[in-house]
Amino acid sequence: MKAPLKWLVSYTDIEIENKEDILKFASDMTMSGTKVEGIENKADEISKVVVGKCIELYPHENSDHLVICKMLVGEDNFLQVVTGAPNARVGGFIPVALDGATLTNGLKIKKGKLRGEVSEGMMCSFEELGLDYEDYPGGTDDGVIILQDLEDFKDMTEEELDQLVGRDIMKVLGADESVIEFEVTSNRPDCFSITGLAREAAVTMNKKYIAPEIVVKEEGDEEAKKRIAVRIEDSDLCSRYIARVVTDVKIGPSPKWMRDRLQHAGIRAINNIVDITNYVMLEFGHPMHAFDRRFVRGDEIIVRRAKNGETMMTLDGIERFFDSSTLVIADKEGPIAVAGVMGGENSGVMDDTKEVIFEAALFEPVSIRMAAKKLGMRTESSSRFEKGLNAITCAMAMERAAQLVELLGAGKVLKGTVDCYPVPYEERKVPFNVERINGLLGTEIPRERMAEILTSLEFKVFDDYVVPPHFRPDIVCGADLSEEIARFYGYNNIDTRLLTGCETTLGRKNRRQTISDMIRNSAKGLGYYEALTFSFESSSVFDMLNLPNDSPLRNAVVISNPLGEDFSVMRTSMAPSMLKILSLNHAKRNESVSVFEISYVYEKKEDVNELPNHKELLSLAAYGDMSFFDIKGDLEALLDSLKIKDYSFAACKDQPYMHPGMCAKVFINGREAGLIGKVHPKVCENFECPENTYLAFVELEPVIEAAILIPTYKELPKFPAVARDLAIVVDKEVPANDVEKVILQRGGKVLEELVLFDYYDGPQVPKGKKSLAYSLSFRDNERTLTDEDVNKVMNKILNGLNTILSAEIRN
Amino acid sequence: MLEQLEKIRQEFAEKINEADNVAEVEKLRVAYMGKKGALTAVLRGMGSLSPEERPKIGQKANEIRDYMESIITSRTRELKEKELEAKLASETIDVTMPGTKRRVGGLHPLNQVIDEMKNVFIGMGYEIADGPEVEYDYYNFEALNIPEGHPARDTQDTFYITEKILLRTQTSSVQIRVMENKKPPIKIICPGKVYRSDNVDATHSPIFHQLEGLVVDKGVTMGDLKGTLEIYAKSMFGSDVKVRFRPHHFPFTEPSAEMDVSCWTCKGEGCSMCKGEGYIEVLGCGMVHPEVLRRCGIDPDVYSGFAFGIGIERTAMARFGVTDMREFFENDVRFLKQF
Repeated sequence: MKAPLKWLVSYTDIEIENKEDILKFASDMTMSGTKVEGIENKADEISKVVVGKCIELYPHENSDHLVICKMLVGEDNFLQVVTGAPNARVGGFIPVALDGATLTNGLKIKKGKLRGEVSEGMMCSFEELGLDYEDYPGGTDDGVIILQDLEDFKDMTEEELDQLVGRDIMKVLGADESVIEFEVTSNRPDCFSITGLAREAAVTMNKKYIAPEIVVKEEGDEEAKKRIAVRIEDSDLCSRYIARVVTDVKIGPSPKWMRDRLQHAGIRAINNIVDITNYVMLEFGHPMHAFDRRFVRGDEIIVRRAKNGETMMTLDGIERFFDSSTLVIADKEGPIAVAGVMGGENSGVMDDTKEVIFEAALFEPVSIRMAAKKLGMRTESSSRFEKGLNAITCAMAMERAAQLVELLGAGKVLKGTVDCYPVPYEERKVPFNVERINGLLGTEIPRERMAEILTSLEFKVFDDYVVPPHFRPDIVCGADLSEEIARFYGYNNIDTRLLTGCETTLGRKNRRQTISDMIRNSAKGLGYYEALTFSFESSSVFDMLNLPNDSPLRNAVVISNPLGEDFSVMRTSMAPSMLKILSLNHAKRNESVSVFEISYVYEKKEDVNELPNHKELLSLAAYGDMSFFDIKGDLEALLDSLKIKDYSFAACKDQPYMHPGMCAKVFINGREAGLIGKVHPKVCENFECPENTYLAFVELEPVIEAAILIPTYKELPKFPAVARDLAIVVDKEVPANDVEKVILQRGGKVLEELVLFDYYDGPQVPKGKKSLAYSLSFRDNERTLTDEDVNKVMNKILNGLNTILSAEIRN
Repeated sequence: MLEQLEKIRQEFAEKINEADNVAEVEKLRVAYMGKKGALTAVLRGMGSLSPEERPKIGQKANEIRDYMESIITSRTRELKEKELEAKLASETIDVTMPGTKRRVGGLHPLNQVIDEMKNVFIGMGYEIADGPEVEYDYYNFEALNIPEGHPARDTQDTFYITEKILLRTQTSSVQIRVMENKKPPIKIICPGKVYRSDNVDATHSPIFHQLEGLVVDKGVTMGDLKGTLEIYAKSMFGSDVKVRFRPHHFPFTEPSAEMDVSCWTCKGEGCSMCKGEGYIEVLGCGMVHPEVLRRCGIDPDVYSGFAFGIGIERTAMARFGVTDMREFFENDVRFLKQF
């Protein structure tokens, strides 16, 4: 909310004299809860630009578009100014930037020569002063400012204009106003108004709030209700509707003071009637509307839900289609305004409007918000209604508008209002419990101080309850009073403590969090960088992963209003996220990249009303100078670091995005828990990843289940181990895993360790065969094993390998 | 006999000085003191001596033996030392050549910030809670006093899955889940991803991270909230920072506040980091709204509590001087390596 400071303080006895005062004001407001986002004064940017009077004007010898002017810029102070302005003329009162002046955007003006002629200053246009010519009736964007051409100055006499010579142009134009931008929170509709902010400011600075005095002067005996009737059909959406009739309307510009205030607050001046509605909205926070009575057919205003399929052109020239959820203001024939949002083009005030119906009404906030959203037009009006206004201010707004009509001479206000008020305002009682308030704040504020604060905020204070003022819909319970009191007692005056007297609690990570952090640290130690990726992605990734049409991974949770196709489904696999990281790094020419992430994938449930399943996965992804066994080794190291014993791998040939010959399923405690492998070259191509790209995924849940955080000590062996090597030749198709299973099973409990140390499938072995060489270590915990003991076991192993896998010992 | 012994001694003394490695010294030891050694031979011939001569010769022979042994020991030690020195000298390398590096990776800067926050709060007795990112409207909005049609919904543009299911816009949803399932005293934090329909730019991302905190117990006051968050600020931003609390509005807390921390770069003087204000806004907080407690089955007449929400990206950006939020999610290893 932009508030012109002078306007704001005019409702208080706060005195602002200089920059320091403004800064203090801003800081105090911020600390009492109305945060100042910025302070802007267009005049601050501009310096040393004064009103000059053109005394003489003659052509420039070396130029056909430049002229030389003799300018009076102060008493007996003449300057020679060269200008190219087409509208410069003798007798014109024109702003002149003096030597050393600063214009908008920091532009500096220096005395200099223009084509050989000295120019001691520069004449200025609106643009050069950071102003918009459209805010100044009579102004032009073609040439410099000529004061007497402007509506606001054209009635001044020569003598009056002469008085302005040498004066600061920004002050003369009324542009010297500090505008404060406040952040107003959604619970304070009253602060979306200048008087609301003034009230806060007064209490904040311990000053008086001076409400504007409203006196309406009605003319004649004719009553408004003779000319217009109001009927509310849907009082659940409109609890009050007030109309006033103004006749003999003379549409024209409103006075400069009003236009300046509107403009500083960020609203463009249109004409006196429209400006009055906007001015009142800014002043009291209650939006108003004005209809041209000519276009209210049947002299009746009907507030009702729209009929399905009804249409209307709004003021912005767009045809709107309604359904019955939207409240409209209608006449006998159809809608003439979208209630609380925007007026209709067919009924608005025009240059030849002679008779106006002012509307001040109270609409139900949620319906306004929904209507504005549905129609895609959040307006100054709707954004105020949706926060919740009140019936009292509604009436004040109408009276203020009527007063301004009179003040501006914009027309004759007919007698009386047409006030349809089906749901009268009721005061609220809010319990006032001093002890509870101090208990919540941790303070010992005396009751008197509390009452004083509340009274200054216009609360009525009784023994054990208060009545909040009508403009404070946000105050409904004791906690709300605590905030009001704390705001003005000062949040920073509340003594700090540390849950003194509360029960002591144990802070720690649970098992899942502990293990998750262990994995992260181990992965870091293994050379992986932790990544963070988006959990939604494009549905096109399924094709990029070569997934068949019936793949369950395609059954993703879909976002109904995504930012775009690229972010439209919740991921079902970590593969695309990981491949995108690798792709980006590859594009940046980073050699050898290893990343990991622990994050969720989402599984849609059959019942769409239930939350989808989310599954936490550890993902590893890498490319570079590496093989399948490098990433597998890393995954094994991670599982080993968690003391997980029972994990295994089995070839997986049918994962569409993986290399069919270099992919394995991961099993933990016998349960399928993940996937590891080289990425399919086609998929690498789709994602623009290098060909040597690897991925591994493991579900976290089985890992957490299997991890051992507190291992049990095993006595160190007392008897020596016996080492043997074993080299066998076996069919190439037999997985090493199977060979190891046989060895382990036949080796029994004396077989302590088994390590594959050589693999060979060259010409030294028969075709279709491979050689595997293991080193075995045997130990008995009760005694020293003899050669004979070990030979027996070795024979058992060899027999097993031979009968089960047709393996031969290699010579 | 005595002359013979003296001759042996002199001979030995000459030879031992010539011996320049351990092996030669050992050879000498064998030559003189071994089974067939010169000194041994003399000692063997003792039997043929007269009883008068025997003790004299014996004494002399023993003296010589002790002498030889000590010389051999010291000479051996000396030579070993020399040999070791020579070996070490020959092994000298250029230690300024680069090491054979093991790759060490790194943790994501946002998670580093979260880890640090976790440590601060665990130290103060907080547990870590979590909740689903795809969440019911009820937990994300309704239970937090943000009913359908509430203007606060506008400031949090929401991704919807169905009418009733959405991507959570705030970790505050976890507050409700915790309070529904746990009796006070409650002291939890919840770091996590949140989603808002913001287009990606240098300071916005449709996915970002928050850390939520919640305390509910008997007699919890706004003073406790201030004390707790002041400790948090000092541990995260330095023990010399000042904090200030400004009134604000959140539908689920009352009173509500925002906490600013004095700029740790300029110490509150005003600089580009704090946009000249001297203070940087770091979190939103407040006393849990009695309606929220009541809705979760906690009696607001008996219990009170406070809650806070910290933006992780904003904290990390300020901490590390990162100016473009997008870099956190690109995962360029050249970026990740810096933290």
